[in-house]
Formats: sequence, C-alpha cells, structure tokens
Amino acid sequence: MSLMASSRRKGSRARQRLILFLAAFSFLAVAAALVIFALRDNFQFFVTPSQVSERGIAPGQRIRLGGAVEHGSFTRADDGLTLHFSITDGVAGLPVRYKGLLPDLFREGQCVIAEGALDEGGIFTATSVLAKHDENYVPPEVAASMAQSGGGMDCSDFAQPAEEARAS
Amino acid sequence: MDMHKYANPARFNKLADAILPWSLGLMALAFGTGLYLSLFASPADYQQGEMVRMMYIHVPNAVLAQGVYVFIALASAVSLIWKHPLADLSAKAAAPIGAVFTVLALVTGAIWGKPTWGAWWVWDARLTSVLILLFLYFGYMAIWQAMENETRAAKAAAILALVGAINIPIIKFSVEWWNTLHQGASILRLDGPAIHPDMLWPLFTMMAGLVAYFVTVLLWRIKAEMAARKVQNLRYSRAAG
Repeated sequence: MSLMASSRRKGSRARQRLILFLAAFSFLAVAAALVIFALRDNFQFFVTPSQVSERGIAPGQRIRLGGAVEHGSFTRADDGLTLHFSITDGVAGLPVRYKGLLPDLFREGQCVIAEGALDEGGIFTATSVLAKHDENYVPPEVAASMAQSGGGMDCSDFAQPAEEARAS
Repeated sequence: MDMHKYANPARFNKLADAILPWSLGLMALAFGTGLYLSLFASPADYQQGEMVRMMYIHVPNAVLAQGVYVFIALASAVSLIWKHPLADLSAKAAAPIGAVFTVLALVTGAIWGKPTWGAWWVWDARLTSVLILLFLYFGYMAIWQAMENETRAAKAAAILALVGAINIPIIKFSVEWWNTLHQGASILRLDGPAIHPDMLWPLFTMMAGLVAYFVTVLLWRIKAEMAARKVQNLRYSRAAG
C-alpha cells in the first residue's frame, strides 16, 4: 500500500518536472526567436546591389557586396592587373574594380562576394573577392548536358534575399 | 517498456555486448566501401573538380556534430525529468565524440574553403553557429570536470545542454534565414537532394559508417563510465566500512 503511494508520488513529481521543463524551454525558445528577429540584419553576411541603393550606403563605408558576376562585364585593364566587372542581383548592378587574386571558381555568372567600399564616382573598389559555391554537386558531363538543355547552373540565389528585404 | 530496467549495469552491459559486434562490423563495412566509393568510384564535380571529395568527410561529420548534440539534449531532458540514471551517463559519454565531429567538420570545411571560396574562414551565420556548437561542447565537458558532486554536475550540465539546443535549428536554418558564404542545404530540402546520385550514395555510405562509429564508441564509453562509478562506490563503501 505504502509502496504504491510512493510510486504515485514519484510519478506526479516527474509530471511536475516535465511541465516546468516545457514551460522553461518554451520561454527560452521565444526569447531566442525574438533576439534573432531583432538582430536579423546584423546576421547578414553581405548586401546586394539593390540594398546598397535602398539603404543609401555612403562612399567609403566598408561593406561586403554579394551578387552574380554579370555576363560580358569582365574586362582586364591595360596594366594587366586591374580587373573590372559588375555585380548584379538581377534588379540592380554595381561596377566593381579589383586588383588582386581571384578564386578558382570566379567566372561570369558565378556568385561572388566582394569586400570593399564605394568610391565617390559610384564604383565599388574591392580589396578581396570570394567565390560562393552553390548547393549543386554534379559530374561535369551532367552539368554540360544540363547547360545545353537550357537549365544552366548560374548563380540564382540572390533575387530572393533582395525581395525579402524590400518586403520588410 | 520500462526503460528503468536498463539502469541495471549488468543488464545494460549484456545489451551493449550484443550490439557491439554488429556496430563494429557495420562500421568496418561502411567505411571500407564508403572510402572506396568516395575516393575512387565517384566522379569529380563540374566546378570543384577533385575538391568535391572533401564533402564525403565534411558532411557526415557536420551532420553527426549536430546529431550527437541532439542526443545529448534529449538525454539531458530525460535525466532532468525522469531521473533515469543512464541518461546523464550517456550524455556525458557522448560529448567528447560530438566535439571531435565538430572539430573535423570545421577543419575539413576550412581546407575546402580556401581553394573554393578563397578563404579559410569567414564570420558568416553558418560557420559562426557551428563554432558556437563547439564551444557548447567544451562548456558541457568542462562542467562535468569542474564539479565534484556527480549529481549536481549532471544537473548543471543538463541545463547547459538544453539551453544550447536552441543553437541547433539556428545552424540548420542559418543558410536560409540569412545570406551567407556557405551554400544552402543540399540534402534536406523541399525539392529533393541537389547532389547527383553518383555522389549521394558514397556520401550516405560514409554517413552510415560514422553513425556506426558513434554507436560503437558511445557504448564503450558508457561501459567504461559505469565501471568507473562502480570502482568509486566500492572505494566509498570500503572507506565507510
């Protein structure tokens, strides 16, 4: 009899702890969600060309500019070292000037992230350029046949964050 | 099923000894075929070339780094709520394994990132949240080391593990909520995996091998931990007697 009572008491204690745990964890989850929501802009790694004009980012302010290297925009200056290309998010584009090494994956259509600042003439002067790799993993033959059938694998994941930023 | 019956060390040891040959065998088989498939019998990537082979090590470690943490968090909840003696023991035993997976994910990612992105490390949301995961593992292990009283250490460590569990969805969705240098999800995404089947199967084989490795080492570590507690109890009772 007393054994049954003690086991029932044990069960109700476990239930109390379960309720306490669920309550504490929900509060914690809500708190974390609020912090993340409040700081959402600070977690962004780069800004897109549309966001640069929307936010009126001043010349000289250091930013990371992300987007696709526009097709047909890549040129090399006569000194053989200075590179010019445009970064676009499909809506807006910005001309970029860069003097330095490019990652192996750099090519027209590729997503890149350039770190630097706008100069007075509205040209983005980059001090480093990183290539973004997409989530697709395919053998070369498959990629070639996909490109032929029109399903190119160019950088496409920039339009969406720009739209979200405008909506908010 | 009454889970409390596995709190009996003899019964648990029997169960572990029955599982161990199988998990060891699966581990050898999966790593053997997985390494052959991923290093020799799978194609190079259309833009990364041979660097894609880093994925077969990086992705399983990154997935398991989070998986082991989820295991620790669940075990900690069971330990706090139902006071199952095996729960905090298995959480404690799992932590160093998960920490090693996290270190390997970070190191292989850096080795891949330098030639692919052009940088060993950047402070984007994905990389930073995984670094925080590593610090959570260190903090969890430090609490166990720092407190003399096992019961109090178990409680403090369990609370830390559960608070830190908030970081797991942040890691998973970091590449969707924010723009990052790290690419988006390749496997768990709405329109199916973005990895060609010729590369996906070697990856799954390596993942199975790492899961079997985790199960094997976890069981060994729990057995060792149980033996250590037994020795300590004997010492206490001798000192008392």
